[in-house]
Amino acid sequence: MSGRAFLLFLFAPALFGQVTFDRILAADQEPQNWLTYSGTVLGQRYSRLNEITKDNVKNLEIQWIYQAASLEKFEATPLVVNGILYTVQAPNDIIALDAATGRTFWHYSYNPSPKARPCCGHVNRGLAILGNTLFMGTIDAHLVAVDAKNGHLLWDTTVANAESGYALTHAPLVVKDKVIVGTAGGEFGIRGFLAAYDVPTGKEIWRFYTVAGPGEPGRETWGGDSWKTGGAPIWVTGSYDPVLNLTYWGTGNPGPDWNGDPRPGDNLYSDSVVALDADTGKLKWYYQFSPHDEFDHDSVQVPVLADLDWPDSSGQKKMRKVMLWGNRNGVFYVLDRATGQFLLGKPFGDVNWVSGFDEKGRPIRAPGKVPTVEGTMIYPGSEGATNWYSPSYSPRTGLFYVSTWADYGSIFFRVPVNYTEGRVYAGGWPKSHVPDGRAAESQRKDDEGHGSVRAIDPNTGARAWEFKMNDVTDAGVLTTASDLLFSGGREGYFFALDARNGELLWKATLGGVVASGPISYSVDGKQYISVTAGNSLFAFGLKN
Amino acid sequence: MRSIPLSILLAAGAALLLAQHGYTPADAEEGEQLFIENCALCHGPEGDAVPGVELASGKFRHASSDEDLGQIIKNGIPGTAMPPGNFHEHQITALIAYLRSMAASPSDNTIALGDAARGKVIVEGKGECLNCHRVNGKGSYVGPELSDIGAIRRVSRLQRSLIDPDAEILPQNRFYRVVTRDGATVTGKLLNLDTFTVLMMDSNEQLRPFLKSNLKEFGFIDKSPMPSYQGKLTSGELADVLGYLVTLKGIEKK
Repeated sequence: MSGRAFLLFLFAPALFGQVTFDRILAADQEPQNWLTYSGTVLGQRYSRLNEITKDNVKNLEIQWIYQAASLEKFEATPLVVNGILYTVQAPNDIIALDAATGRTFWHYSYNPSPKARPCCGHVNRGLAILGNTLFMGTIDAHLVAVDAKNGHLLWDTTVANAESGYALTHAPLVVKDKVIVGTAGGEFGIRGFLAAYDVPTGKEIWRFYTVAGPGEPGRETWGGDSWKTGGAPIWVTGSYDPVLNLTYWGTGNPGPDWNGDPRPGDNLYSDSVVALDADTGKLKWYYQFSPHDEFDHDSVQVPVLADLDWPDSSGQKKMRKVMLWGNRNGVFYVLDRATGQFLLGKPFGDVNWVSGFDEKGRPIRAPGKVPTVEGTMIYPGSEGATNWYSPSYSPRTGLFYVSTWADYGSIFFRVPVNYTEGRVYAGGWPKSHVPDGRAAESQRKDDEGHGSVRAIDPNTGARAWEFKMNDVTDAGVLTTASDLLFSGGREGYFFALDARNGELLWKATLGGVVASGPISYSVDGKQYISVTAGNSLFAFGLKN
Repeated sequence: MRSIPLSILLAAGAALLLAQHGYTPADAEEGEQLFIENCALCHGPEGDAVPGVELASGKFRHASSDEDLGQIIKNGIPGTAMPPGNFHEHQITALIAYLRSMAASPSDNTIALGDAARGKVIVEGKGECLNCHRVNGKGSYVGPELSDIGAIRRVSRLQRSLIDPDAEILPQNRFYRVVTRDGATVTGKLLNLDTFTVLMMDSNEQLRPFLKSNLKEFGFIDKSPMPSYQGKLTSGELADVLGYLVTLKGIEKK
């Protein structure tokens, strides 16, 4: 039997069948595909493919390039199903490509309302799939279902009102027979929520407000009527534990961003991780990383689920279901994902807003570190020590990898603010301490902030190694079963590091900002690494 | 945050300037709030955070009249990052009022501007400015180009650069030094620095690329190569130079 015939035999059900939820749950068993935003529902962005190794990675070369007809940032992570690559060209075009050649099968174009007003670009971060249906959130806050065979629209559901500042930018998450999305708009005084929709019809099944309102626990953490404009958006894809049947999502900043006076209290569930029953949307537990945040420290990171040996109360190490989290606020956390118990919190970046944690894991604030009329220097700065960029966890190395903005602070200013529907509701602004700071990318000094890929030992929070860049980075991280790590940065390099020690093994100049998470897949046994840079999607493979 | 309350600013020359444009201080105050909420995220509180755009200079690349400004606020500038704004007419008026008021801070009003023609002679002669700077096709490429400096810098910042050049060196004007493997030292204006490479213009005005892996040493030169003109020029001569620099508005569109 030839190699290809053998593969066909082995993967026949997967090749010709639909993408069932069982397949998504076991996505690590078919590493030729990339079936959900982070590769698996655990959020690890780890591939079991190992054709590309430390020895041959130097022979990687471009196999194809897809140049998007869009000048918007290309933040989407593709899906790959049986040799077909699906991705989103900003703002909301779905493209189906031959994953081996980059040629286009079909193209679906959704025209968002011109009244959409996303804070930070008409971006989209990707798709979800179930059966033969693709799901995309749109910049004007719709959720659409599109036939994966021909790109025809199946249904179009209005999730929220775009004119009020709501938008959908992240890749949806499919859990069983539902597709889950949350709303962006944290700079517009929205009331954030997460909602689950029925896959065949697009009908809403449940909704969880990330800002606790009347009659809900947590309402008391919003002074006055501030819950109505409390923000707490969701703009990065969550994770799912099938045994606990919990889906985990990170929430964004409370509104207004930089002046907490209109919203006295902790502002639940902003800047938190919420664990919801996937069938009902009921809150099982939450942990708030940044109570009463005034630094825009969105906790919109992918919740990374892993099983670690962790000491119990008697000091005995036992397998524990945990969640790893490198937060925009600069702290690396380990939580028990069954209960939300705080197990560890340790800065992985430069941090001056927190001096420690109480026994329940609540941060103890450093005195005087709040935005002021005159401005206060806060570390990490406004973009955070990391942001939405996907981290990675390798079960082989046991390390957690996160793209970091190091040595990076901003001066935070506070001003009075009033809410007007559909307008920016921020209450201040962050400013670079570098004169004319926005021009500094190409002449950056180390103490003005720089990018770094950092490897963290989740058992201790200690840094195992780092790979320093000159400019900052918006790139996600991918690790593979041959202990390779792929990432990039604003300088336009895409590179491979040794995941065990951070040594640079290979790099390519892609000529544009890498602002997405890389993926790996294979077609006919040949492994590909794919990533976006600038306005293009690149696929790399070994020289034939 | 603008550190001086607007009400105090308006007590001085700004009130006169606003009156010339037909605005009230209340317009400007509303405009300041709108500016902070809608514009400062990109333009910064001082209106100087977008490279090459200094709103507080009172001079605009794409606009001269209030009507032009209103069109830009409403429609954005196609092909740039400036987006169309979602404002009512009275809000646009308020924003224009605030932009006009920014141009009249007391410090700028109190700086003496001398004779532009005499200033030009000093810049091209005893000041030796063109040894490093370039104005309308004359002079060196190594220092910051000055041909449009009057359109993009406030007078107070120009004056500070003349008296205390180290006070603020913008990132795009930083100098850099490398030592190659064979021991040659090259200094010049840093054009692009990344993890692996250094691009600079050397002191002979040549564009020079270097791979860091081929360098023995590399790093920033922290002091400005520009001397202070305090004491080198009389206060009258400094005023003349400023008087000349503010006339430099870039190439006229034909």
